[in-house]
Amino acid sequence: MSQMSIGKVVSRSALSRPATRLYPFEKRPFYKNTRGAVAIDIDKCILCGICQKRCPTQAIIVTKAAKDWQINRLRCISCGACVDACPKKCLWLENKYSPAVVLKGADDTVHQEDKASMRETQV
Amino acid sequence: MATRTIVPFGPQHPVLPEPIHLDLVLEDEKVVSAIPSIGFIHRGLEKLVEKKDFQEMTYVAERICGICSFIHGQSYCQAIEGVMKIDVPERALYLRTIWGELSRIHSHLLWLGLFADGFGFESLFMHSWRVREKIVDIIEETTGGRVIFGSAKIGGVRRDIDNLTLKRIEGELRTIEKMCHEITDVFKKDSSVKRRTVGKGMLSKEDALALGAVGPTLRGSGVSSDMRKLGYAAYAKINWEPILETGCDCYARCMVRCRELYASFDMIYQSTAKIPDGPVDVKVTGNPAGEYFSRTEQPRGEVIYYVKANNTKNLERFRVRTPTFANIPPLVKMLGGCELADVPVIVLTIDPCISCTER
Repeated sequence: MSQMSIGKVVSRSALSRPATRLYPFEKRPFYKNTRGAVAIDIDKCILCGICQKRCPTQAIIVTKAAKDWQINRLRCISCGACVDACPKKCLWLENKYSPAVVLKGADDTVHQEDKASMRETQV
Repeated sequence: MATRTIVPFGPQHPVLPEPIHLDLVLEDEKVVSAIPSIGFIHRGLEKLVEKKDFQEMTYVAERICGICSFIHGQSYCQAIEGVMKIDVPERALYLRTIWGELSRIHSHLLWLGLFADGFGFESLFMHSWRVREKIVDIIEETTGGRVIFGSAKIGGVRRDIDNLTLKRIEGELRTIEKMCHEITDVFKKDSSVKRRTVGKGMLSKEDALALGAVGPTLRGSGVSSDMRKLGYAAYAKINWEPILETGCDCYARCMVRCRELYASFDMIYQSTAKIPDGPVDVKVTGNPAGEYFSRTEQPRGEVIYYVKANNTKNLERFRVRTPTFANIPPLVKMLGGCELADVPVIVLTIDPCISCTER
């Protein structure tokens, strides 16, 4: 009898639908709370730099003179410390991850076009 | 005396998810002694307190281990709360218990899978992980992260679970519990599992105590020791008893973890029934001054957090004693006299988590 114990589990799973998804045809939906990429509404941002101070991985760089807000996606750990700290509530965590990058280093910290694409996603 | 040979085991070995090295001294097929060496993935996280302030260290503490991340964060927060004498709101304590137990379930299911894989029972490995996936989904839904919860915070928790979701999760967990029964029945009854585990890796009660074993390793040898009995978080307010097995072998340690799964399910049901309404955090102001020991029960055993603060935003000293570190001397004892083929199974029964150990 002892060998039959796994038999029940195996036969049931052989007859039911697969437990895995047919990725990439069927994508896994994210939850509302999923902590993904940090996004910014740059028009509301007052460039106070609190997010930069609170970031535990120093992923955010705010330059007040150049009116620029940058984030290094490879350093960001999506903890949400910046979101909690933002006084104007212009930061939030998307429930999807940022796209993959091909370059590592200062140049792929984000940058004007990414901000533009983020604004697009808001619309 | 037969000729002795030394066989290196690890740091890269199919049963080991993380690197630990053992020099096995063999006489024919019998292990005479084992010499462990650690230090392959030291990250210097304790030293980081000099650079990160005490609030930021919560994120670092959570990343000490990928499996018991929430309990690491919680223990760190408890230590700081102890120094600063912060009263954590009741609801936050219950939420910590719920997340702590969810992480215990997912850790034990992961371990059951790895253990089955350790003795070559691959379909059992697959089915354990299939069930674990559902727990990880619940964790993602409630905290936002699948592995790193990011929900522990000094003074409470960072997010709330509304009562409606809690009720729904409880229902889901009851279905998952049934699935768990099917899997743990296999571990309990299957003759092939028993042949690889019963009577292997004996660790007597006296040895377990003398060598300082913790967690399921200690409870599998018949010693009732569970840090949750200290009553941190909401454990003092719910009914539960530490799980004990007296077999002292690999099978007993496996059974402790199987039965702890149901104990954890039960604790979550009790917590969802008793959870009061109210705030989930308190505002923390000022810097900590003083020192504190925080002891909590992780899936692998007792973890000790020591913090020493000197009224600045950086801690003076931060020390973590993790369960795997305490379980290495008992492991060496268990390996003495076993067969070479049993080494992977015995090493897995302490549930080695080397990232924790080396921090």
